[in-house]
Amino acid sequence: MTQANLKLALGPLLFFWPREKVMTFYRAAIEWPLDTLYLGEVVCGRRQQLRSRDWVALAQELAGSGKEIVLSCQALIEGESDLKRLKVLVDNGELAIEANDLGAAKLARDHGLPFIAGPHLNIYNGETLAVLARLGARRWVAPLEMSRDMLAGILAAAPAPECEVFAWGRLPLALSARCFTARHFNLKKDSCEFRCMEHPDGLTLKTREGSDFLTINGIETMSGATQSLLPHLADMRASGVGRARISPQAEHCEEIVRTFAAVAAGQTGSDLSACAKGGLVDGYWRGQAGIVKLGETQNASA
Amino acid sequence: MPSNRTLPELVCPAGNLPALKAAVDNGADTVYLGLKNNTNARNFAGLNFDATSAREGIRYARERGRHVLLAINTYAQGADIGRWRAAIDEAADLGVDAVIVADIGLMDYAARRHPDLRLHMSVQGSATNYEAINLAHELFGIRRAVLPRVLTLDQVRHVIENTAVEIEVFGFGSLCVMVEGRCLLSSYATGESPNTHGVCSPARFVRWEHGAESLDARLNGILIDRYRKDEAAGYPTLCKGRFQVADDTYYALEEPTSLNVMEMLPQLIEIGVAAIKVEGRQRSPAYTAQVTRALREALDAAGREGSRFTVRPGWQQALAKVSEGQQQTLGAYSRPWK
Repeated sequence: MTQANLKLALGPLLFFWPREKVMTFYRAAIEWPLDTLYLGEVVCGRRQQLRSRDWVALAQELAGSGKEIVLSCQALIEGESDLKRLKVLVDNGELAIEANDLGAAKLARDHGLPFIAGPHLNIYNGETLAVLARLGARRWVAPLEMSRDMLAGILAAAPAPECEVFAWGRLPLALSARCFTARHFNLKKDSCEFRCMEHPDGLTLKTREGSDFLTINGIETMSGATQSLLPHLADMRASGVGRARISPQAEHCEEIVRTFAAVAAGQTGSDLSACAKGGLVDGYWRGQAGIVKLGETQNASA
Repeated sequence: MPSNRTLPELVCPAGNLPALKAAVDNGADTVYLGLKNNTNARNFAGLNFDATSAREGIRYARERGRHVLLAINTYAQGADIGRWRAAIDEAADLGVDAVIVADIGLMDYAARRHPDLRLHMSVQGSATNYEAINLAHELFGIRRAVLPRVLTLDQVRHVIENTAVEIEVFGFGSLCVMVEGRCLLSSYATGESPNTHGVCSPARFVRWEHGAESLDARLNGILIDRYRKDEAAGYPTLCKGRFQVADDTYYALEEPTSLNVMEMLPQLIEIGVAAIKVEGRQRSPAYTAQVTRALREALDAAGREGSRFTVRPGWQQALAKVSEGQQQTLGAYSRPWK
């Protein structure tokens, strides 16, 4: 492996923002020190501020910058309307997709389109990675719950295709057919009034003792805390990771990206704790519960 | 095996040999089981089979014309996946009728090493659409896929119409509200999840705290629910606790309920579901017996009666007794929340 700096990627927007905010966000982000931008709706098919064709158009516009632009696909594909939206992305014919479902990997393969194997594809070993590489995966995102040690072991045996790791943001932990935001507002999913738009970083779910625990984001359940692997960037590179993913949030995103870029280049930067919702955690990377805070060890109650 | 070949197979859980016998004796067409390690998604202490008990179980089922499936449905972890490969080899050696697998790397291994071993895509494989299922069919020759508990009846029908792979659906048992194989909540809280360790909200992380007014249920120290003294307390599965969102304290993700598709059996038969699965390898042999018997009778009646089928009170009572939280739902099939 070369010892080039860790590359930086802006992951797909997991929240539901108004169209204008999305457009403004990406037209700013394209100027930030990023190597890759992922665009597209990953969470919910009802989020149509940008339709699939709008995402493709925006992606094609941004691709002129010379940065790598990837179209991210919805993770939970339940029916024909979901498949149709997926096909619009695959039919762009040029830009790679991020496949978050085996069906998406199949369609990319059928179209001869390279793809990124997304975090929801559950690649926990080199054999699974090899299957996806044969289908056309040119990069893969490690499962969020995978530890540094396990990942390093896989990468030692399989240095290619390149590996990307979720390095900043609220962790997308679970998907459901149900919408928990609609449930919170006593609405049905199909008449949800698009309440997710009122919560640009999701709705915080606390324990009955008032501790931040999780975040409700429509059909997705996320961590309450923000995962930060900023202290581990050198270790990530040494382990063979090629790219770090920063997950978009409503505020401070530019500062986060610039700080990651500085630290990846060997400079010092702030710990970004002021930019994080719900505190900072890095337990997964250190082989512990994901909720374990930076610098702390596993709760000893077990 | 029952004579009516148009009926879906009734697939029942066996956490141990007595449960396997209970399932067979009460009318299961097929039983499924796991080995005593983290290669399967019910890796609980005191549960599951070693080679000796598996052979005995297979013999018992075969003598009565039933089938046995082996679940190897966690994701093979890391650089050394020898334990998972060994489980596949052991399944072939035992001569089970099929293995239930989630990890496509393991499917690849099984298809190459044991081409005659029948492969089923586990629910943990998160295959919710026909493109995903057809890919696994093309690459590894899977013969059946177990659908995650997220699709409506119409969506299930649409999958069946677009694949040659047999479709198995869940019929009864604890309800995962999240898409199986795509839920990391347990490892976020404890470090161990269904994908990695074959467990969810594992018992060794559970702590009960008795206060003057209340009983607290904690998972790795995290308060999952708090019960008044007069409330029935449930196991702290973390998606089934009560939490605060804004100013409300409620079951923010899911209430403790069981899935029960009994009233929908005629439709499931009509759309061509190949098998109906009962959840619960972690439950007692008495649970297996009760649920298997009720579903056997209901399925046979639905096959005979078609649209005239009605659920008999006795079956419902039998299932209600063993339901989580004593509540039941048709779940995603009817989508009451939609």
